Amino acid sequence: MKRLFAYLCPFAGRMSVGLTIKTAGTLVELALPYILGMLLNDIIATYAGSGDTQGGLRSILIWGGVMAVCAVAALVFNIVANRMAAFVAKDVATAIRHDLFDSTMRLSCARADAFTVPSLESRLTSDTYNVHHLVGMMQRLGVRAPILLVGGLLITLTLDPILTLVMFSVMPLIVLTVYIVSKRGVPLYSQSQQAGDAMVRVVREDAQGIRVIKALSRKEYEQSRFEAVNRELMHDSLRAAANTSVSNPLINLFLNVGLVAVMFVGAIRVNNGLCLPGTIISFIQYFTILSNALLSITRIFMMFTKGTASMNRICEVLDAKDRDESESAAEGVMPLPENPERYISFENVTFSYRGKTDNVNAVSFDLPQGGTLGIIGATGSGKTTLLSLLMRFYQVPVGSGTIRIGGRDIRTMTPAELRSRFGIAMQNDFLYAGTIEDNIRFGRDITHEQVVHAAAMAQAHEFISKLADGYDHKLTVKGTNLSGGQKQRLLIARALAGNPDILVLDDASSALDYKTDAALRKALRENAEVQKASLTTTVIVAQRVSSIKHADLILVMDQGEVIGCGTHDELLDTCTVYSEIAESQMGGAILE
Amino acid sequence: MNNQNRGMGRSINDPRANQNQKMDKARRTRVVGRILRYMLHYKWAMLAAFLLMLISNLLALAGPALSGVVINAIDPFDTANSGGIAVGKVDFDTVKLYCLLLIIFYAVSAVMSYALAVLMAWISQRISYTMRREVFAHLTELPVGYFDTHQTGEIVSHISYDIDTLNASLSHDLLQICASVITVVGSLIMMLTISPLLLCVFIITVPVSILFTRYKTKKIRPLFRKRSAMLGELNGYAEEMLSGHRTIKAYHRESEIVSRFDGHNREACEAYYRADYQGSVIGPTVNFINNLSLTLITVLGGVFYLMTLTVTGLHPLLVINLGDVSAFVQYSRKFSGPINEFANILSEFQSAASAAERIFNLLDEPAEPADKVDAEALTDTQGAVEMTDVHFGYVPEKEILHGLSLRADKGDLVAIVGPTGAGKTTVINLLMRFYDKQSGTVTVDGHEITDLTRDSLRRAYTMVLQDTWLFCGTVYNNIVYGTEGATREDVVAAAKAAHIHRFIESLPEGYDTVLSDDGINISKGQKQLLTIARAMLSDAPILILDEATSNVDSRTEKLIQDALYALMKGRTCFVIAHRLSTIKNADKILVVRDGLVTEQGTHEELLASGGFYASLYNAQFT
Repeated sequence: MKRLFAYLCPFAGRMSVGLTIKTAGTLVELALPYILGMLLNDIIATYAGSGDTQGGLRSILIWGGVMAVCAVAALVFNIVANRMAAFVAKDVATAIRHDLFDSTMRLSCARADAFTVPSLESRLTSDTYNVHHLVGMMQRLGVRAPILLVGGLLITLTLDPILTLVMFSVMPLIVLTVYIVSKRGVPLYSQSQQAGDAMVRVVREDAQGIRVIKALSRKEYEQSRFEAVNRELMHDSLRAAANTSVSNPLINLFLNVGLVAVMFVGAIRVNNGLCLPGTIISFIQYFTILSNALLSITRIFMMFTKGTASMNRICEVLDAKDRDESESAAEGVMPLPENPERYISFENVTFSYRGKTDNVNAVSFDLPQGGTLGIIGATGSGKTTLLSLLMRFYQVPVGSGTIRIGGRDIRTMTPAELRSRFGIAMQNDFLYAGTIEDNIRFGRDITHEQVVHAAAMAQAHEFISKLADGYDHKLTVKGTNLSGGQKQRLLIARALAGNPDILVLDDASSALDYKTDAALRKALRENAEVQKASLTTTVIVAQRVSSIKHADLILVMDQGEVIGCGTHDELLDTCTVYSEIAESQMGGAILE
Repeated sequence: MNNQNRGMGRSINDPRANQNQKMDKARRTRVVGRILRYMLHYKWAMLAAFLLMLISNLLALAGPALSGVVINAIDPFDTANSGGIAVGKVDFDTVKLYCLLLIIFYAVSAVMSYALAVLMAWISQRISYTMRREVFAHLTELPVGYFDTHQTGEIVSHISYDIDTLNASLSHDLLQICASVITVVGSLIMMLTISPLLLCVFIITVPVSILFTRYKTKKIRPLFRKRSAMLGELNGYAEEMLSGHRTIKAYHRESEIVSRFDGHNREACEAYYRADYQGSVIGPTVNFINNLSLTLITVLGGVFYLMTLTVTGLHPLLVINLGDVSAFVQYSRKFSGPINEFANILSEFQSAASAAERIFNLLDEPAEPADKVDAEALTDTQGAVEMTDVHFGYVPEKEILHGLSLRADKGDLVAIVGPTGAGKTTVINLLMRFYDKQSGTVTVDGHEITDLTRDSLRRAYTMVLQDTWLFCGTVYNNIVYGTEGATREDVVAAAKAAHIHRFIESLPEGYDTVLSDDGINISKGQKQLLTIARAMLSDAPILILDEATSNVDSRTEKLIQDALYALMKGRTCFVIAHRLSTIKNADKILVVRDGLVTEQGTHEELLASGGFYASLYNAQFT
């Protein structure tokens, strides 16, 4: 919450003006029942007593005019205040959401993984929405309800303190009711929520397993399985509903009993000449206002709880310490001399995401500049971990081995420096709604010519120029209006457009056919010659042997370890796992 | 309050919020008619609910009138003997009597409204329960195609979200609207009996109030729609960018992306503000109109009251006393409250009707066509399968199989190879009648499969698919699934044959360990072995196998391989083959390309024929 106040600070001036106006608006509204009571009590009594009907009428009209003025003032003040509140809420929400998104984008991958994408997304949307709502409503109801409550209380106290006490005597009962009902309600509610989840789970399971269910003719069995969870859900919901159903009638009853008590005690006091009948009418009026204020306060309370929870979730991200910028942890490590034969080198690298089992264990290899590295293995064997370490999405702790690029320990480079060397294309990588050119350029400072050149190298130019709008062709979200192969080529074009030293294809070329693959290689070679630059080094992570069989060096990963290392032909002879993988992919790959 | 929260949550979280368009009249009548049919099952309960609601509201309505009597009994300015304030003139008998009456009325009203709430919860839960049961039962009747073309999330949302929406509307809004009508009409009548002249105030303020809210909601609705749309866009952008988190990092584009996000953010907040700006008028204005009524009533009431006190021989219409003014003011508040609520409730009804329509649409989705009347049950199956000249497409315009033919004799191992999308899975879908072919014949043991009952046909098959399917239940139940009458020994034997017995024994509860999403950790390979054990238990003569690619580690891979060999023994097998060993051992290899079997024969035959298979085999493996 402290954080929220920090965001509100710049608007302190505006807010205090708004709040003052709101207070004024609420106060004039409170004046209405006061005047009503006064009119009926004092004025009419006085004039009726003296028999001055004319004077009475005039007086009534004047006070009626005052009431009308108050009503108009309340209208204007409240509208102005509400609008000012909305304005502040807008700016605060914009600022919070900006900071949150900025923090999110700069989270380290490890942290982002720990938060998970759906959770980050809901923080960005519904949580900021809740906070927006909270900031807006707090400035309105948050001012209005307490003032109505306190003001109403004060006025009734001045009218008749005894009756006020009588009226408030039912408060503890109401608080107790709310307390007991919600205390009993929470477990009942979560129970029915669980029952709902169980019901949904069966539906989800069956929708996914429909083939098995039909194949085994288990329709009746599934229906009976559903019947059980369905019945459970009905019972649990009913119990929760029965519990909450108590609260409204009971609160209403207590309020009304309080009102009757006020009338009864009022009758005694009137009889003793201690109070006037009109006062009781005012009390009845205030009673409505107070009970509404009370309802608003419980609502604010709920809103506040929800808003606080949301703000805390937002702060978790804002306060996440391990941003990507965290500085290099390997000071004093001397860079090795530049050695084109050991351009990328892993030296005994061990890494674990959660610190328990090693996800990658003692990996060492050297790749010359311009060479192609292939990494293959089952899911979970550690292929992608190797890449993440190479690009320092995750950092190898000091003492768990060293990764060098061009002789330098990557921990001594800033992420920006390190990653500017890479061009990366992943499988199902991220294409967004925008033009093809935008997607290749990806917000970098790259000319149209460079975009076209990269597309040509990636064998994408041909299909792009066949499109009606060419490079201005609009992609849908995730690029669903392109074929798998087209998407891959676009991603590779994006990777190449920045003239990277190292091209990383994470399962990216699996959608490329052999011919395109070969053309891409050739284009890369030619480009290096034309640019007179050193040859692009390529790292390919794949599940298919066919994607990597031409690599200069192939690593076979199994459960975090390198169990085979060599060229395709060498591995077919020396590594049984590799030859098994090759063999097992025969049927799928045979015609592709 | 509830209403508002519900409405709000819906508009931001539900992408379909904007699709709740108005239905045309005929459709709406149909939908309402069907909802009524569900409610008719509970007609007596509904009637009881209606009576409870009527009585409790009438009792609550009597409150101000009774309190008016009390005030009059307190009021020393009795119209009969106008004069100065007289202490000790309060009519305590009346006060006591009516206070007691009030308490009884309120108590009875409270009990009744509690009973009503519980009764309505009961009715609506029963209806939800029935609907869920019907929807689920219908889901199990639907053809596989429905599940292939609809996302699971969508199906789940029909059975949970849509039914909940309808249910909430039935239990809450319906009651609310009845209660509002009673309150409005009741208050009107009560006010009329107190003072028809004072009622004239509402002739001015009510139409103003109605016109204003209608005008405003019409003006604001598009703004709120825009607000949800903008928020939706923001969500979409955030989701898109979050999914590209790593790529953005890899290219170091964070600032760029953040500045683009800012654009969406500003727009979303601006849209929120614009809606808020207009919306912030409604509350104060409604309050203003109510305050205006109050002022007018006070002035008029005050004048009448003064005249009643001072002028003798006043026209009876003008006579009013203090208790009447008090009662009138209370009724006027009761009266104007619901009128402003109507608009809200109507829009709730609209979304409930849309939800109901989605539910009914699902219920109207055509089920798998019934078996032919003279369909025979397939018994004592040998396992000879033949497809002849089969044409099929998932959508009629796009044929996938163009006259495919194949033959498998009893006990054959048939390997189906070919690229993704060539129609391998489609063949399986047709064999098991998950889909029905458009033309051609498919026979099992010489019987055309459309002349057989689906159940008996499917029982002739057992299958192991790449997508392993296990449900939340014990290991034992997962294995025994589909084989009635299997004993514990059979299950253990099957598990042993599938090389998964040792693993199961190592689980905390052995065979009775419950498999759940968040429970024990079970690897993909072990799941595969469990489904193999399940298949092992079946004595179906035909096996369908979708060979997994190397997605598991090499040790488990070996176990699966062994288990599969055991499973294949003695059955006619259709294998979507990835493994060279399977392909080489097959009695028949079918090369499926573009919806046709282009080559078939054994490995040697195909190599010898020097066709497509041979050329690719050589390209891959030399």
